[in-house]
Amino acid sequence: MLTDLEIKEIEHAIKLVPHKKAASVEALKVVQEHRRWVSDESLREVAKLLDMSPEELDSVATFYNMIFRREVGKHVILVCDSISCWVMGYENLRDQLFSRLGIKYGETTSDGRFTILPNCCLGTCDCAPALMIDHDLYRNVTGEQLEGILKRYE
Amino acid sequence: MERPLTEHIRKDGRPLTLKEYEAVGGYQALRKILKMSPKEVQTLVKDSNLRGRGGAGFSTGLKWSFVPLDAPKPKYLITNADEMEPGTFKDRILLECTPHQLIEGMIIAAYAIQADISYVYLRWAYKTAAQAILNAIAEANAAGYLGKNIFGSGYDLEMHLHTGVGRYMCGEETALLNSLEGKRATPRAKPPFPQVSGLFGRPTIVNNVETLCCLPHIINNGAEWFKKLSLTGDAGTKIYGVSGKVKKPGAWELPMGITLRELIEEHAGGMQDGLKFRGALPGGASTDFLVEQHLDVKMDYTSVAAAGSRLGTGTVVVMDDKTCPVGFVENLEHFFAQESCGFCTPCREGLPWVEKILSAIDSGSGTMEDIQLLEHHTKFLGPGNTFCAFAPGAMEPLQSALKYFRNDFEQHIKEKRCPMEHR
Repeated sequence: MLTDLEIKEIEHAIKLVPHKKAASVEALKVVQEHRRWVSDESLREVAKLLDMSPEELDSVATFYNMIFRREVGKHVILVCDSISCWVMGYENLRDQLFSRLGIKYGETTSDGRFTILPNCCLGTCDCAPALMIDHDLYRNVTGEQLEGILKRYE
Repeated sequence: MERPLTEHIRKDGRPLTLKEYEAVGGYQALRKILKMSPKEVQTLVKDSNLRGRGGAGFSTGLKWSFVPLDAPKPKYLITNADEMEPGTFKDRILLECTPHQLIEGMIIAAYAIQADISYVYLRWAYKTAAQAILNAIAEANAAGYLGKNIFGSGYDLEMHLHTGVGRYMCGEETALLNSLEGKRATPRAKPPFPQVSGLFGRPTIVNNVETLCCLPHIINNGAEWFKKLSLTGDAGTKIYGVSGKVKKPGAWELPMGITLRELIEEHAGGMQDGLKFRGALPGGASTDFLVEQHLDVKMDYTSVAAAGSRLGTGTVVVMDDKTCPVGFVENLEHFFAQESCGFCTPCREGLPWVEKILSAIDSGSGTMEDIQLLEHHTKFLGPGNTFCAFAPGAMEPLQSALKYFRNDFEQHIKEKRCPMEHR
């Protein structure tokens, strides 16, 4: 069940656009901010508020990289895998992350703390390799720094 | 050397506040245009020769002139701040450090087409920029630069920040409009062009961040001044960037038309010790490689096009002699295959195939016929065969890699392994 706060925020987003459907991305963002991901149940309820079929809303939700339709961990690690980071050897960093956390792309640690996802260019190519954890951007990341960075996200 | 867009950027990277921006002449251009007619503003910008900095290089003044000025409201002005071209990090600097410069540019552009609603379409990953833009919009509203009847001119403009949810296609202007309407970001057929029927079917202009940031300076200093900033026929300065294995990667505002050699050797400090320059993408992932013979090419729209590539975003990705060209292109095509919106068949089906072939060659299981198959794709996914410019853009680095680094492809196939052993 969506909370009253979520419904209020979605209704506010609807007011800002000429017709309900136009608020679909904003509405999905609301749910994700509160729950970290969008479940089938949430999707159906949001669709109802927007006068859309769940299928139509899901076609929007699944189109975008940053709407998560599967449960993610408490913290999402986004590893930039685009060209400048590739040239600068991001793959070592990625492999270290995998072995340190014992998971691969798309997986979540058993304690629910981290999910690792590949990500397109983070727009900080002069400081490659780069990664993002939640809202925080890390640049020029080395393998030695990894442990210290992960510690910040208990 | 003049650096109008970046000279006032603070060393600590904090955004200029409204007061700080005003102290260096900020919002003077806005006061000036409110006394001009929209047509006069359009003519001045057309005369300045400003070309779109998002990658296509279309004349900004000419783009605006297709908006019917007498069309009823609403009309929209949108900043394309969905910077996601791999290798590109120039707009981030302007968004984070000089948000008021962007807002003033947006008001000028909006006034020139008589738009009453404006949006900044910002990439989700730019969290610092989002906060800077939000604060700046609030400051501009409070100071009367935005809102109703701006400085008693009778002109109204509201401004909103929209943060996206991630998809490369959102940078294509008609896909961006679909995304703002809450739909999948697939491109639209043209005509009708957005200038006539854009966001919610209303006249709309979409301009790049750097383009808009040029406007206050053009208004303040004139078209001739702007043209003289450049070393060549394409006007203004350009924010160039260099990434890859150079000594000092970074971004710099420089006169338009500086050579690729100056950019890499002087500004980026040259190649890292022990490495040689092998090639570079001049303006992001969807531009053709330039190689050693092109080092003295002037980095403007006209000269880079004459050298067989595109200036694109002007942010250079350098490839050194210890980096495998096949792996390099495979990384690019993986990106394109993944980000294809899936709307048209050649792009949706062709790009994953290209990625698969490249992966086979790179891992040593490719055949000589695969090279022909790749060449076939560069034509089949080229201009005119797909719905939008996405797949043709994806083919640019591939077709030039096949031309300049063909030996590397053949060596992988003959030796049945990557000779650089990057895997």
